[in-house]
Amino acid sequence: MTAELLAAALLGFFAVGYFVLGGADIGLGMVLPYLGRDPGQRRTAIAAVGPVFLGNEVWLVATAGLLVGAFPDLEGELLTGLFPAVVALLAGWIGRDAGLWMRGRAGGRAWWAVCDTAITAGSWTVALSWGWMFSGLFAGITDRPATGLGAALAALAVAVLFGSHGLAFAALRLSGPLRTRARGPFGPSGEAPTFALTSAAMALLPLAAGIRLPLAATAADDGTLAFLLPVVAIILPLLLAAQVWTWSVFRHRVTGPGYL
Amino acid sequence: MESDVLDLARLQFALTAGAHFLFVALTLGLATIVACVQTRATFARSRVHARMTRFWGQLYVINYAMGILTGLVMEFQFGLAWSGLTHFAGNVFGSALALETLVAFFVESTFLGLWIFGWHRLNRWAHLAVIWVVTLTAYASAYWILVANAFLQHPVGHRVSEGTLVLTDVSAVLTNPSAVIAFWHILGGALVTAGFFMAGVSAYHLFRRTSEHELFLRSLRIGVLVTLPALVLTVIAGGLQFAAVNEFQPLKTAVFGNDTAEAARIQAEMAALHGPGDYLPPEGWTRAGGLIMILTFMLLFNISWVSCLFALIRPVALRFRLWHLALMATVPLPYVAMLAGWVFREMGRQPWVVYGLLSTADAVSPVSEGAMRTSLLVFTVLFGVLTSVNAWLLARHAARGPDAAALGRPPSPGEREPLPAVSL
Repeated sequence: MTAELLAAALLGFFAVGYFVLGGADIGLGMVLPYLGRDPGQRRTAIAAVGPVFLGNEVWLVATAGLLVGAFPDLEGELLTGLFPAVVALLAGWIGRDAGLWMRGRAGGRAWWAVCDTAITAGSWTVALSWGWMFSGLFAGITDRPATGLGAALAALAVAVLFGSHGLAFAALRLSGPLRTRARGPFGPSGEAPTFALTSAAMALLPLAAGIRLPLAATAADDGTLAFLLPVVAIILPLLLAAQVWTWSVFRHRVTGPGYL
Repeated sequence: MESDVLDLARLQFALTAGAHFLFVALTLGLATIVACVQTRATFARSRVHARMTRFWGQLYVINYAMGILTGLVMEFQFGLAWSGLTHFAGNVFGSALALETLVAFFVESTFLGLWIFGWHRLNRWAHLAVIWVVTLTAYASAYWILVANAFLQHPVGHRVSEGTLVLTDVSAVLTNPSAVIAFWHILGGALVTAGFFMAGVSAYHLFRRTSEHELFLRSLRIGVLVTLPALVLTVIAGGLQFAAVNEFQPLKTAVFGNDTAEAARIQAEMAALHGPGDYLPPEGWTRAGGLIMILTFMLLFNISWVSCLFALIRPVALRFRLWHLALMATVPLPYVAMLAGWVFREMGRQPWVVYGLLSTADAVSPVSEGAMRTSLLVFTVLFGVLTSVNAWLLARHAARGPDAAALGRPPSPGEREPLPAVSL
């Protein structure tokens, strides 16, 4: 029982890491056309996530890895049950990442427009896919995607939360007119408290879904957990150190374009 | 209808794994070479090696991006299309996938960001350490994936309990010969791919007589000199694998060797053991995969040793344009050998997904044909477009030469100092 609890706690930890960190650059991608009014400004806005988006999205890769390693049955059930939403999530994720990676590698307004569209449309697809999945998961439904008006509204609400989180993140990372624009919708409230608030809301998403999942019943065999969990416990401080180092190297506000 | 879903799921897996491996092969090999070149640049403060690091590093990064994108789909593929596999073998197979993400890819990806964006921010020793961490975690990643794959090829360290597998012997799973030998085979193949890639791109610049002949002569020499020992490593590990396959999957060997009597004998044996059914792997695919792999290897080996001789004689290396053309034409061949090798390995174990324990047909997810067809279409279109665009970007940046590399470009003197951040 303790092993299953520990496995569930680790799963929750990595999921929260993804929604707070990865959610920020998905959100920034969603509001990219609002933040940057021309290709140059958009490139600067992208520089806010450039050095960290790889380290952010890897939290989801780790969450999925832990899910298949520690809850293999649940993984198969969830991914098969939510099949269309997961395919949409992956398609949006790939489109967003491809746009980020390729934008700076060629020039011309048409190329930038295509890549910016891929980033923004991909980010929206990711956020809406999560919303679609959560709308069922909050109700404890794991074997099929939710349908109906309520599900659509819930998906939209989750997407709006992603976008707000992205704006709050942009306000912390950018400078000059881009920063002013990112602050706009939040009025006079401080940048750091706003980001803390949207982060807390983002962290609640996977936790609210997680408590409805049959985690204890679907955990892997004790022999597997007894091998897996100590390795994860040993490696965890190293993973966190790598993340902290990245954030401290790139902690400065972005003032101009980066490599992407 | 069910068999259609199975075929679609298999096609989708083959496409995803194949597309992923095209990029992984170059990533794994090129990371090693870039790390070595950057080591030389850092220790010797060599300008030409620093420029080489940036040029080849940029191509590495462009290629890497596609490796990640296709790899994401790979990770989710098992749960999406093969939930029977995670249900039956998740206790063993799942932990290898989990540890790949946590012990290898998490660090690899975080450090890749540090390496790409850390130029002129980290001190040069820290920056060098970062590329080595990226390279070594890429190896670790390959190892864990092969542990997972090897368990499917040759299941060890488990027992069956209530219709699912239970992990009983961790060290048997981690030292599965089907994983360890394959790791060296893949590592050799990745270096062959990267070596011929480097040689081919360098040959293009020497052929065009661009101004960078010093840098590209060095690069060409590194490329071809890497391929020879790498090919030897590949063939030794490959030979060991044939012996292992003969022991673990005798039907694959029988079908590959066209030994119909032996194949019929084992087929009857399997039918007696597992019940009536067709246990022969698809003959055409298995045989063609194995043969193309071996023939391509022989061709590459001959190109490699002749090229090593040419590369050492400076006037020949700089001016033998017919050979330059041949090297350019060689760039795709290692990919052909790699993909053929995977077809041989994966097709040759059919109809099993976990050899002798779970058939591929029993592993496919209970999803509708329409859903599977749509996802296949989505991923095919995405991968098709992205692979083409990526190949175009690689060719474009390879042709432009080192001065155009944006990676690691020193900040322009007019750039403002970064403002202090509020928090984070």
